[in-house]
Amino acid sequence: MKQYEITFIIDPVLPGDEIQTVAKAYEKLVENEGCNIVHVDDMGLRQLAYPINKRNSGVYKSIEFQTPSGAVISKMELALRRDERIMRFLTVKLDKYGVKYNSDKRNGLIGKKPKTISDTPVEESKAPIEDLTIIEGIGPKIAKLLNTGGINSYSQLAASSSEAIKTILSKGGPSYMVHDPSTWPQQADLAAAGKWAELNTLKEKLIGGIQPSSSEEE
Amino acid sequence: MASRDDIKFLSNPNIGKDNKKYCRFKKFGIKHIDYKDPDFLIQFVNPQGKLLPRRITGNSLKYQKKVAVAVKRARHLAMMPYVTDLLK
Repeated sequence: MKQYEITFIIDPVLPGDEIQTVAKAYEKLVENEGCNIVHVDDMGLRQLAYPINKRNSGVYKSIEFQTPSGAVISKMELALRRDERIMRFLTVKLDKYGVKYNSDKRNGLIGKKPKTISDTPVEESKAPIEDLTIIEGIGPKIAKLLNTGGINSYSQLAASSSEAIKTILSKGGPSYMVHDPSTWPQQADLAAAGKWAELNTLKEKLIGGIQPSSSEEE
Repeated sequence: MASRDDIKFLSNPNIGKDNKKYCRFKKFGIKHIDYKDPDFLIQFVNPQGKLLPRRITGNSLKYQKKVAVAVKRARHLAMMPYVTDLLK
């Protein structure tokens, strides 16, 4: 039993039910030849990469079937060629890898991987990532470091001690050692409470996020 | 204080690294290349829609041939363009 796959493009200008009848007619043709239809893939209306017969889109259909003899192929291709409603077709014999690929694709094994990759950022965005760069002394790079260290919001930053922040920073490399996070929890506390005016006055006092040595803690 | 650790890049750190190209089909065990997946095949053509050589993509000969066949089939079915510009 050889497995074949015929993909064809139906003229999209036909009325909707006629497109379905065209596709059904070819499925019937394959079945009448004693073939076993494995799957009919309805890819739907797609944009063409280049115009065919002055059409810019087409309805794609793909019939995958097993056949004991190849006799059906020539009959099928003759019918497709004579049909004016078919813009293009392609017959491909599937090897064992192709058969496996198509069955995997139907079962959702292929194409799942990009889904899981796209899933993770969605989950991350669910947890509120607040703009930590508002705090004096934190730039976009440090904000990213803190995010990977599990600090995503002002309240989390306010709750963590400056030592804990320092250990997160040291993971980012020696160049982050120069940053002094001693005032960051204090600033984050104001930001979490929404006291923006107070935060701004505090930021004006601070130089590079570090408490000036002359003024003591408020 | 600039310690020794702070002086990072006196020369390009990527020079001398072993960034060898590899055949992704061999490495990840991809046995079949689908001609109905133009988003995947677009990686193997240049912005004009022409096939990229093996020396750029790193494909092994076996899979470069399969990529070429898949791209040509995709072109026939108007899923990829024969000629274009600014494809990528």
